[in-house]
Amino acid sequence: MASPIAWRLATITAVTPETPTVRSFTLSIPDWGGHRAGQHVDLRLTAADGYSVERSYSIASEPERAGQIELTVERIADGEVSSFLHDIAVPGDRIEVRGPIGGYFVWEATGPMAADPLFLVAGGSGVVPLMAMLRHRARAGVGNPTRLLFSSRHLEEVIYRDELDQLAAAGDGLSVVHTLTRSQPPGWTGFARRIDDAMIAEVLGPLGSGARSFACGPTALVEVAANALVRLGLPADRVRTERFGPTGT
Amino acid sequence: MADGPDDSTMGDGPTGDPVADQVLDGNAVAGILAMAFGKEMTAVPGQCAHCSTVNMMGAMRAYVRAPGTVLRCPACDGVVVRIVETPTSTLVDVQGVAWLRLEGS
Repeated sequence: MASPIAWRLATITAVTPETPTVRSFTLSIPDWGGHRAGQHVDLRLTAADGYSVERSYSIASEPERAGQIELTVERIADGEVSSFLHDIAVPGDRIEVRGPIGGYFVWEATGPMAADPLFLVAGGSGVVPLMAMLRHRARAGVGNPTRLLFSSRHLEEVIYRDELDQLAAAGDGLSVVHTLTRSQPPGWTGFARRIDDAMIAEVLGPLGSGARSFACGPTALVEVAANALVRLGLPADRVRTERFGPTGT
Repeated sequence: MADGPDDSTMGDGPTGDPVADQVLDGNAVAGILAMAFGKEMTAVPGQCAHCSTVNMMGAMRAYVRAPGTVLRCPACDGVVVRIVETPTSTLVDVQGVAWLRLEGS
């Protein structure tokens, strides 16, 4: 197994549209030693003149998939790496990868974590590492009470919408609660505002303060969620956060 | 994680302070930390030398828009770790760390 810290070449084997601005990229990495749900990888692009740029992307796929990982990436207008992936990369292209990285924002379907209630809060593409956890949870067959509160702007921007519906329909203790902040389809009965304290309290409700929580998304959303969860009685070290900031480079 | 302006469901930062709103978690700089220390560091507990609070490195506040990477204590905001990568070396300033507990090594 290559060191997680070493750069190595991955091959893009599939590109799958998720929403109008989000695609999933399957990377084949022959000596991939596996990862834990919630970890990320760094990608590096290097131009002919030596200029290089690195970005971190959460792994979307579950650890049970051998030899490959899936990244789900939103196209950012000025994003040097995301625009390459969306506009230029095709299956067969190779890209430098370093990872898996991170041990803090990780959930595993073994030990005490598998039994505790799980409360996930996502904003936009912040759902990606949480999806790795939900896919891992489904593959491992654990039935701990789990809730995902997922904030998107519009229904058509809900990443993994069909798969989340299927996972929630499996009857294994998962429920998914959406809030649509900018527009709602006719007949929408779900939340229609930004995540706030009252929404966190209502959706966490049945899980109680014994839940473990992971929140990922824009900094503002994560701040609101984490502060609310601590006020609701979750110990601070069981509220794990991953902010991706309001703007990028 | 993603690069560039996100698809935020919240248009403005929580504080309106352009510096405070740029903060990430230590987890976001896990790759740089691993390069600097030679192992995965985000689940490593460390004590802030300023206020003695213990947090995992992944729970530190990470500021990545400077020429280097700065980790600050979430309790007192004191600078804990500074890392600057140059083409030939990596400089790691750990004056703000009282101790780190590395397991299994």
